[in-house]
Amino acid sequence: MNSSAKKIEISDLAVSYGRKVALKGITLDVFANEILAIIGPAQSGKTTLLKVINRTIEFIPAARVTGVVKVDGEEVKKIKNVYELRRKIGMVFPLPVGLPLSIYDNVAFAPRAAGIRNRAQLDELVERCLRQAALWDEVKDRLDSLGTRLSGGQQQRLTIARALSHQPEILCLDEFSIAVDPVTTMRIEDVLRELRSQVTIILVTNLVQQARRLADRTAFFLNGELIEIGATDVIFSDNPANKITYEYVNGIFG
Amino acid sequence: MTREITTAIPQTSASQLFSETSLGRRKKFSENLAKYIFFFMALLMIAPLLLIIEYLFIKALPVLSLDFLLSNPVRGMRAGGVWAPLLGTFYLVIISLLISAPIGVLAAVYLNEYARENWITRIINLAVVNLAGVPSIVHALFGLGAFVLFAGIGRSILAASLTLAIMTLPVIIASTKEALASVPMAFREACWNVGATRWQTIRSIVLPNSISGILTGIILQVSRAAGETAPIMFTGAVFFKAIPEGDIFAYGLFDQCMALSMHLFTISTQVPNVPEALTYGTAVVLLGTVLLVNALAIVFRVYLRSRKKW
Repeated sequence: MNSSAKKIEISDLAVSYGRKVALKGITLDVFANEILAIIGPAQSGKTTLLKVINRTIEFIPAARVTGVVKVDGEEVKKIKNVYELRRKIGMVFPLPVGLPLSIYDNVAFAPRAAGIRNRAQLDELVERCLRQAALWDEVKDRLDSLGTRLSGGQQQRLTIARALSHQPEILCLDEFSIAVDPVTTMRIEDVLRELRSQVTIILVTNLVQQARRLADRTAFFLNGELIEIGATDVIFSDNPANKITYEYVNGIFG
Repeated sequence: MTREITTAIPQTSASQLFSETSLGRRKKFSENLAKYIFFFMALLMIAPLLLIIEYLFIKALPVLSLDFLLSNPVRGMRAGGVWAPLLGTFYLVIISLLISAPIGVLAAVYLNEYARENWITRIINLAVVNLAGVPSIVHALFGLGAFVLFAGIGRSILAASLTLAIMTLPVIIASTKEALASVPMAFREACWNVGATRWQTIRSIVLPNSISGILTGIILQVSRAAGETAPIMFTGAVFFKAIPEGDIFAYGLFDQCMALSMHLFTISTQVPNVPEALTYGTAVVLLGTVLLVNALAIVFRVYLRSRKKW
């Protein structure tokens, strides 16, 4: 792991929705090609953090963002081509969303939006993404059927395939395993380990054991504050820097 | 496990559980009573429609023929057919919707997909709601002032169509907005997350999945544009105008025209000694046109619904 390359730099980030404060004073870096797990109970601002990184927070009119977020050294607030930024970041949210298109078009949607028209290139991309999302074998014979007719777990893997389809450099997964069965979860975790050589992964998860299995480093969020960030071994050891972290990962509260 | 439970409560056997009690009978009675009252009310709805159609048809039967549709009124409108008013109504409906549908749909796309919640959006929405509540006679006077006199178009099909367009616009905006809003927000977010622009999202996801609702809303305005008399009376419709029979391009944009709704008003109140069957025949043609368009709208919606993708 090349720890000197900072993929994402966040300093003093604060987000509020009207009077409700979602994040306060967050400062953390994400290094290139690491898996950073973000754990913490509900309402601790994990999803908000992801939305700030790809600037979809702008679609929530009430949201106010202060502080600096840089991706590849560029401040996201000042990026002119926001679509370029969003293509650089793959997003998977907890509830699967199959677009009302065929399975093929679901995966080809983002490349097409980016201007790729070559059929052979799209075919190759769709197959690779569906394979990476552990869905190819189940759908390869019915790529023309609707993505919305797949089961919940399959739709979630379709969502992951779509997030990979624009060849992101950063992959953000927000509790992806909620709608997926344990066996598939394990298969996707294997895929994430393989992908680490190519992409940087931010893994928001409620399953602390998943963080322990996958992550190089783990950050613990509570009520919009970053309580502790460090090597996963340290966070899950008997003596992390903060007592609350110990209590959370060991299920004493949360 | 199961055995333990059954032995724990032996006094409640299956036959006791499902046997009728007096409470159960009372519930069943009120349930049925409610059901039949509701059914009766629903049935009451179709009674007037059936009676109107039946009454009109019987009275109109002597004149109804293809010739009635294709010939002009003659002898001071006491004989002949409805060709000139029928064609006039077609012109007015089609031209007014050609004006109001694109404007209405584009405005609704802006309001639902782009507009942020601020004072100007609120004013536009308020204007739409209020415009929908304006009585048709007021639209007529507005059309007379704005299009006929101020814009100098004169009394013509164009001025009447513009007036009808203003009248149908707010309803088209409202129904289109509703159709767009029925597309789940999650679809849009999924598109934005992979770097699609708002327009790419609208074009490939939002519009294809709301088009049935949008078109239904537009088609339902056909019956309104065809049925209103007031807005066209001052702006372009005339008492009588003979046109070549069978020529569908008989009217020009700046001509005045006859219209079914106005023709019906004229022959039933303004002209003495019109044969009864002629009046009823005109009403049947007007009603038939409207019902036909509505039926088409329903068939179309069923067809598009069957292709709905979630």
